[in-house]
Amino acid sequence: MTHIVTFTRSTPDTAAKVWVDSEGEVTWGDVATVVNPWDEYSLEETIVQAKSSGAKSTVIAIGSALHDDALKHSIAMGVKDALRVEEPGADINDSLIWSALAAGAIQKLGDVDLVIFGKESVDVATDQHTYQLARRLGWTMLSYVSAILEVDYAAGVIKVEKMLEQGKQVVAAKLPAVISVMKGINEPRYPNFLGIRKAAKAQIPVWSAEEIGLALPRPATGALRYMNPPERAVSTEIIEGEDTAAKAAALVKRLFEEKVL
Amino acid sequence: MSVFVWIETFTGRALPSSWEALGAARKIAAGFNTDITALVFGEEAVSIANEAGLRGAARAIACADDSLQEYRLEAYAALLSALTQERRPVAVLSVATNRGRELLASAAGDTESGLISDVIDLRLEDGKIIGTRPAYAGKVLMEMACNTATTFVTVRGRAFPAAAPDDEAALAVEKVASIPTPQSIQTEVLDFASEAGKVNLADAAIIVSGGRGMANNPAAPPVDISGDEANIWKAQDGYANTLTPLAETLGAAIGASRAAVDAGYIPYEHQVGQTGKVVSPDLYIACGISGAIQHQAGMRNSKVIVAINKDADAPIFKLARYGIVGDLYDVAPALTAALKERLNS
Ligand SMILES: Cc1cc2nc3c(=O)[nH]c(=O)nc-3n(C[C@H](O)[C@H](O)[C@H](O)COP(=O)(O)OP(=O)(O)OC[C@H]3O[C@@H](n4cnc5c(N)ncnc54)[C@H](O)[C@@H]3O)c2cc1C
Ligand SMILES: Nc1ncnc2c1ncn2[C@@H]1O[C@H](COP(=O)(O)O)[C@@H](O)[C@H]1O
Repeated sequence: MTHIVTFTRSTPDTAAKVWVDSEGEVTWGDVATVVNPWDEYSLEETIVQAKSSGAKSTVIAIGSALHDDALKHSIAMGVKDALRVEEPGADINDSLIWSALAAGAIQKLGDVDLVIFGKESVDVATDQHTYQLARRLGWTMLSYVSAILEVDYAAGVIKVEKMLEQGKQVVAAKLPAVISVMKGINEPRYPNFLGIRKAAKAQIPVWSAEEIGLALPRPATGALRYMNPPERAVSTEIIEGEDTAAKAAALVKRLFEEKVL
Repeated sequence: MSVFVWIETFTGRALPSSWEALGAARKIAAGFNTDITALVFGEEAVSIANEAGLRGAARAIACADDSLQEYRLEAYAALLSALTQERRPVAVLSVATNRGRELLASAAGDTESGLISDVIDLRLEDGKIIGTRPAYAGKVLMEMACNTATTFVTVRGRAFPAAAPDDEAALAVEKVASIPTPQSIQTEVLDFASEAGKVNLADAAIIVSGGRGMANNPAAPPVDISGDEANIWKAQDGYANTLTPLAETLGAAIGASRAAVDAGYIPYEHQVGQTGKVVSPDLYIACGISGAIQHQAGMRNSKVIVAINKDADAPIFKLARYGIVGDLYDVAPALTAALKERLNS
């Protein structure tokens, strides 16, 4: 049976105030977390693709129980199974460690054809997880996918539309593959009542590195310090004038004085 | 040793933002008392390498093999990883474009090296490269360092000054062969729809953005459409006939808020913000955009922000250097006219 896997995590609400406290730690007070907004698209795509091919679907979070909310949201949306990988003491903020755990989980599942990621984590945005997982697995990597045009699991091919800064590209590639999807690929659904009930009852298995059979690499990166960004000191000038033309002319004058034109 | 800089190319030309990565590399090279090696793969590799030489690279490694003519992650990553493994550069830099991000992350993974992504500042301390990068949508800054022989770094576009050309420079170009990989035949590029000719948001020095307010266009839609469709028509007419003339006069790219994208007024490629593009132009003109926190996440680092909004209490005015309270359908055309007059005089 075909098996599609997706990864997700919990992130602070995008409207939350986030700051560095006196201990130097990042905090968002007691504001609730949400499923990483970019992952709403990958979760939806996983559900749609699994449905159209009769595939199994699994959502994985790597990290602490903080991410259980995102996993439950995923189940409520319609992803079939969830699991979490947690290795106490492992620095999962390091993407070599992260990708080792993620690759180990995919290999333990054993039957995975397609992995679907969101574009990035809105909080840490390390921008490495997706690619390093694909490299560890030795699978095709297709990033910034804006449409899945065709998937033929029997023939082992996938055809997608990808976004580049310079335009769009249609790419055909071999399965198994890791893809990351963009906003716009679909309209993420809201969980319905039945889904929410199912999620509330779900037991989420937790795998450790040992259960996966993995020796972790040494972390390659370290965060030295978190800082609050300098205040943006802007004094706003509302341009006044007799009529719109006068205001526009006054604005143009200011912009030339600022040397931005 | 050396500091590697991957010069990203597109249809046989270097992306101008690649010179920013070269500019950022100078500081590291000076600190380590070493030089810069430009890596150029694909079409016109040697001539682009020579261009890199004029901008401060002492050496270049070029590969124009058939398998690298078109960018393909698997083939490019195999070569970058092999070169990194073999030559042990202190750092590998590129600009944080879609391709730069995936290529450097892949090679960092292959060589078990650390990567600091999307940095806006770089410094050296006790022989370590320290990168500053925004996190939590720019609400927090973090400093990171790597403990591996090579530090991979992607630099945010427009965060570092581009290395300026210098006629005196000399460059040694070394040609290398690509690495055959079974994976290099896995991806086949079928088609490409270019949006060439349009100014790219990430590189733009000036951006004119329109939000939900674009639907309040006084132009009358065709009689046979109404409701949401009429709003879409009005907003699209506004981007085409009100914002585009202003953008063209300024040489600017067109941006949008998520509300405008989600309502179908303009394609997603134009979205600025937390779930769109993060931009930092010299000038950002927000028309009919309220300035929600998620929109700010994408544009708050613009040098000068101008807000045009008919609501004097819109939060965007708190962020703006200059504001005009008024209807964008009056103000934007007046601004275009005033600019044309000024630019022609
Ligand atoms: C997870 C998440 C991610 C998000 N990501 C993004 C993102 O990436 N980018 C983004 O932009 N938003 C994002 N948002 C949405 C954001 O919260 C706002 O809803 C959105 O930015 C509002 O867009 P707007 O300013 O165009 O619309 P509105 O807030 O409706 O504002 C319209 C403005 O236009 C003005 N106006 C109307 N008519 C005229 C006229 N004729 N002339 C002048 N002014 C006029 C009004 O006074 C008003 O201020 C995100 C939200 C969430 C929850
Ligand atoms: N701890 C995590 N657990 C599960 N998935 C994650 C985790 N971190 C990142 N991801 C996934 O990786 C994608 C890219 O994230 P990033 O590389 O952090 O920008 C996100 O959209 C998620 O789908």
